[in-house]
Amino acid sequence: MLEIEGISAAYGEFRVLHEISLGVRSGETAIAVGPNGAGKTTLLKVISGLLRPSLGKIYFDGQRIDDQETHEIVKLGISLVPEGGRLFPYLTVLDNLKIGAFSKKAREEFRKALDEIFGLFPILKDRKKQLAGSLSGGERQMLAIARSLMSRPKLVMLDEPSSGLAPKIMARVFEFVRRIKSQGYSILMVEQNARKALELADHAYLLESGRLQFHGGAEDFVKNPYIKKAYLGI
Amino acid sequence: MRSPLNIKRGPILLTVILGCLILFPVFSPSPYLIHIITLIFIWSYVSTAWSYMGRFGLVSLGHGAFLGTGAYITALLFNFFNLSPWIGMLIGASGAVFLAAVLGYACFRSGIIGDYFALVTLAVGELVALSIIAMREITGGSLGFTLRSLGNSPLYFQFGSKVYFYYISLLFLLFALYLWKRIDKSKMQKALKAIGEDEVAASSVGINIIRHKMAIFIISAFLTGIGGVLYAQYITYLNPHTLSGVTVSLAIPFKAILGGMFNIWGPAIGTAMIVSLEEYIRVSYGTKFVGVSEVVYGIALITLIIFLPKGLYGTVLEIFHKRQRSAETIT
Repeated sequence: MLEIEGISAAYGEFRVLHEISLGVRSGETAIAVGPNGAGKTTLLKVISGLLRPSLGKIYFDGQRIDDQETHEIVKLGISLVPEGGRLFPYLTVLDNLKIGAFSKKAREEFRKALDEIFGLFPILKDRKKQLAGSLSGGERQMLAIARSLMSRPKLVMLDEPSSGLAPKIMARVFEFVRRIKSQGYSILMVEQNARKALELADHAYLLESGRLQFHGGAEDFVKNPYIKKAYLGI
Repeated sequence: MRSPLNIKRGPILLTVILGCLILFPVFSPSPYLIHIITLIFIWSYVSTAWSYMGRFGLVSLGHGAFLGTGAYITALLFNFFNLSPWIGMLIGASGAVFLAAVLGYACFRSGIIGDYFALVTLAVGELVALSIIAMREITGGSLGFTLRSLGNSPLYFQFGSKVYFYYISLLFLLFALYLWKRIDKSKMQKALKAIGEDEVAASSVGINIIRHKMAIFIISAFLTGIGGVLYAQYITYLNPHTLSGVTVSLAIPFKAILGGMFNIWGPAIGTAMIVSLEEYIRVSYGTKFVGVSEVVYGIALITLIIFLPKGLYGTVLEIFHKRQRSAETIT
């Protein structure tokens, strides 16, 4: 579904990604783990068109997307849940969801999408008239995920959904991701919290200093002695 | 039913005010008052057009560029080629649109936002003023030039009486307010609001940022260009400093911000206050304080943005709503 071939990216002179290749198959959950500054967020920025790669190609459903604008990529079916959620705090929960369904196609299916989301996350239905800024940390992340689903994506990309949250709430956020996974969405999630994230992974990638160091199934990760020591703490 | 600005009473209040404004010239033949109110209409129209984009965080400090482009193109076409300003204003405003399109595309493409956008526009406003001064042979340079007078000839946007300008500028102002409402109901408003709050979030939900910002910039520039024509036709004299320099470029946002750019009536209320105050100072102190207004603008603009970001009218409304809400909870 998503294929990345030899992507490099840089901020000015500073190279952040070095010839990364990875893929996400339809219905699969792929996780990219790695320390701070490994280029995880940059990778998602490049896929969503917020940053142009300096080298390499990206295909989505066979179509080349690395030269497309962000709003076009969203239309094709890739949506990003940015780090920290990036909600519109002065809009209500419902208005945030409405904005999520911005494209024409998404607006036509607005009611259907809304029902689906209120089914997945009933709390949002109770809070729909509340300002997004007044939600708790976990609910905000829930709304951010819900908002990204409003564009009717095939692939949902999550940027560090657990960052800045207390451990207890973190567990709830991973539970949200599990819920959308069970709905059949393809997922590409980048996370620092490798142990929790790997529980959800069908396939996982390890990024270090902008290079792809290792990839495999979740069990390969757990077996790898280096990863065990450096990232899983066992 | 406590408030005079109650939603249901709103339209009635509006009709009364509008009726008074329409009947005013009939009952008050004072040409001076009509002159002042006409100026208020014209500048309210311009500062409303400015707020179209200002309220979404696109603060331009160079709207004089569009004012000047519109006014000069139209007036020169009339003076040299005898083209009626009614047609010329469309060409003049298109000139302003062209400028906005080039400037907007360059800024938005390269991610120039916020304060940096304000600075770039400030420079462009001054650039247009300097260009007008430099093209001395046709524009009259710093001295400006006077429109050829045709006496009373409505087809050429010249009238024997000020009253016509009064009604025409009122119409333009009403149109600008109507367009504000239309924008509020459109999808564009939602997109721009999202962009104003957080550009990354807006683009990640699929909003075409450049297109929406370009659209509102172009609409604002077009109306402002027409505003320049209105002013020039009324005063019948064009001067680069009153139509495109830093002074006017700052005066427009100042009026809007003073009244409150987030509310549809804010810019007009701010303009009415400033124009009246300027007139009062001019009449009572004469030309003793020439140049002081720029200093006052600068200081007041900074103070307002820091302490009253919603403007005077916006803040009054807010306090009023709070009172009302707390009164409701008590009863």
